[in-house]
Amino acid sequence: MSRPPKQIHLAAHFPGVNNTTVWSDPEAGSHIEFSSFAHFARTAERGKFDFLFLAEGLRLREQNGQIYDLDVVGRPDTFTVLAALAAVTERLGLTGTINSTFNEPYEVARQFASLDHLSDGRAGWNVVTSWDAFTGENFRRGGFLAQEHRYRRASNFLRATWELFDSWHGDEIVADAAAGVFLGDPEAGSFEHHDEDFDIAGRFTVPRSPQGRPVILQAGDSEEGREFAASSADAIFSRHSTLTAGQAFYADVKGRLARYGRTHDELLILPAATFVLGDTDAQAQELAHEVRLAQVSGQTAIKFLEQLWNRDLSGYDPDGPLPEIDPVAGENAVSRGRASVRYHKDPLAIAREWRDLAAAKNLSIRELIIEVTGRQSFVGSPATVARQINDLVQADAADGFILVPHVTPGGLDRFVDAVVPLLQERGVYRADYTGPTLRHHLGLAEPRRAGAAKEAGS
Amino acid sequence: MSDSFPLLHLAVALDGAGRHPAAWRAPRARPLELLTARYWSDLVAEAERGLLDFVTIEDSLGLQSASPVEQDRRTDHVRGRLDALLIAARVAPLTRHIGLVPTVVVTHTEPFHIAKAIATLDYVSTGRAGVRVRVSTRPDETAHFGRRPPALVRLDEVSTSAAQRPLVDLFDEAADYVEVIRRLWDSWEDDAEIRDVATGRFVDRAKLHYIDFEGRWFSVKGPSITPRPPQGQPLVSALAHQSVPYRLVGRSADIGYVTPHDTTQAEAVVDEIRAEQVAAGRGAESVLVFADLDVFLDDTAAAAAARKARLDDLAGAEYGSDARVFTGTPAELADLLQEWQSAGLAGFRLRPGTVPHDLEQITRGLVPELQRRGAFRTEYRAETLRGRLGLPRPANRYAVA
Repeated sequence: MSRPPKQIHLAAHFPGVNNTTVWSDPEAGSHIEFSSFAHFARTAERGKFDFLFLAEGLRLREQNGQIYDLDVVGRPDTFTVLAALAAVTERLGLTGTINSTFNEPYEVARQFASLDHLSDGRAGWNVVTSWDAFTGENFRRGGFLAQEHRYRRASNFLRATWELFDSWHGDEIVADAAAGVFLGDPEAGSFEHHDEDFDIAGRFTVPRSPQGRPVILQAGDSEEGREFAASSADAIFSRHSTLTAGQAFYADVKGRLARYGRTHDELLILPAATFVLGDTDAQAQELAHEVRLAQVSGQTAIKFLEQLWNRDLSGYDPDGPLPEIDPVAGENAVSRGRASVRYHKDPLAIAREWRDLAAAKNLSIRELIIEVTGRQSFVGSPATVARQINDLVQADAADGFILVPHVTPGGLDRFVDAVVPLLQERGVYRADYTGPTLRHHLGLAEPRRAGAAKEAGS
Repeated sequence: MSDSFPLLHLAVALDGAGRHPAAWRAPRARPLELLTARYWSDLVAEAERGLLDFVTIEDSLGLQSASPVEQDRRTDHVRGRLDALLIAARVAPLTRHIGLVPTVVVTHTEPFHIAKAIATLDYVSTGRAGVRVRVSTRPDETAHFGRRPPALVRLDEVSTSAAQRPLVDLFDEAADYVEVIRRLWDSWEDDAEIRDVATGRFVDRAKLHYIDFEGRWFSVKGPSITPRPPQGQPLVSALAHQSVPYRLVGRSADIGYVTPHDTTQAEAVVDEIRAEQVAAGRGAESVLVFADLDVFLDDTAAAAAARKARLDDLAGAEYGSDARVFTGTPAELADLLQEWQSAGLAGFRLRPGTVPHDLEQITRGLVPELQRRGAFRTEYRAETLRGRLGLPRPANRYAVA
């Protein structure tokens, strides 16, 4: 007996501030004006997506001591845009990254609980913890975290916000005008939380929201990040969108759930994925190459190389060969405010691989960077892309994908108009929303309230 | 084109079911909907139908309490509220003209976050954003953050200069905070985004500026992550009851809300704010002074008084306020506003005793009355909140002329 096909989850990442986004495209619009966000959100909702996602960065990126100017620069405030989008959508989940280093639990909990009320239960939070003093220079608390304390703080931060969300049970407001009783419990919203990072107590201002707590997303890929996700997240924003890497990651993370008393369905694996659609597969391949050329200009190729080499390479010709000199070891001093440089764990080894690849295929710097970075996840006709996505999901390489279009704000339009109907025809994607909340779209149960089990048992 | 003086400006202060503690028990109150988007969009739409300049939305970083220093644990008043800035953002796409001015507590928040949030509110409302900055002196709110020792300020005991010191510090800190958000709003020049395909540059980084703020309480590097908002500088406003906050208004704000009880007091307050403005080197700038009034309005003065008396009975105490409490007809209120306007007030922020009743009395009673007298606009003309208040779009402090 075969199991019924898995249902695919789709989400949409508003185009971000790295070179994936092709701002030079004639169709490219504003990254700041609300009309772009409204267009993008409405398209995602037309496609019955689970949620829209906004990334965050709290300091403009720099390279060689100057603000990086080759990619999109600047973005609006995450919470403010999500709250405004709640007015122009009805079902779409509204999620974003909010940093736990440069915020306090009380404030973030207030904002998410408010967003959840104002969107009738559609809020989601990608919890990140940054560690760099570079970003800290924008904040009054300044400072930064030792890297080894990142996940401890993230975990403590999340636990503190859960206690705040759970400090209201949902039945306190009775508003009995005749009796003059607004609040059924004079202690509603009381909380107390003490750990190595937070020492707070008092009363929370926001009564329980429709989802109880926002949906929790997590994007870390390290051992600690995976463990954090297995213990605490509802969905992972992963980097592994291919079959083999996806299956390995999927099995690894889902395998950790039992340790926390959680089932296989309580954590969704949603890799980020880029795509290029064409009328035919051949046309899509051609378009994909054009997009890669636009994403990796000569200047961008040199900047990418500098991020690995950790030194100024502005004198090199992007159409010439790789530098003979080796990367500079140690803390990356060239590029700041960019998480990806941390992934270059062994720059010398990677440089060797790149040199070998360039020699074998006779690649220039620019061609090499096009080859080794950001190849599109899905390229083809709508039918091909629909099949690729479904195959990966049915093969347990993912539960769905967070799509990252390369053009703002119309980059999702064709996908929704051409690919989504094919997935619906296959019976692997919803024809319409079946419930009101983001948690419902994701097939997640109501969260258990902290302390609820204890109360029930006492 | 601006529609400004000598027409008076009108704002309303939105706070739960209204200012009166028993407002949620009034016949048309919607106490079970105070946390819904529909409730807030209905109120703001009503204010916009009345052509009002802007709404303020009340907020605090602690649960409401009748006590100035601790939680009162009362169950007969409204408790619980949403983040005001997010309410403003939620209603922005549903309105077209009215200004949106959420309250933000500056004592416990990050100026970097608030600067980009208000700038973004200005984008989502296409030039209608402001902020009311608020200092928190409450120990219970401090304990929600755990980052600084509890404030020792008692607003009711600040007559001595020693007791004033912590208050002065909190307001000096607020002034630094406003300086930081203003610099961050200017940290991108208007034409910084160039999208120059030939050179591959998205921005001209010569037009992005570090703000390099170093103060007694914090430092902020900049630039903002959000480009300069449509108004350039969204409006900054503050409520002030005495000399220390008057100084904040004079040196930092575009609008000050004050609480005189008669024309003489209004004149004195306006003079004091003007003196602070001059002392801060802002003599040439416009600082608009709005008087706050709590209002209970009905078709007859007797009906208004009776309605307020019923609410007082329900609350078990006579209503008290920092501001003058006005009970009467819209025409009587129009008389009072016009009389007070002569004291140098640019406008009024009316705090409805109950919602929606007193809000509708403002939009459907007071506004037509003022229009008949030629004292209030008959249509929205200016496109931005600054324009409506007669304030120019300011030059960028970092731009080279």
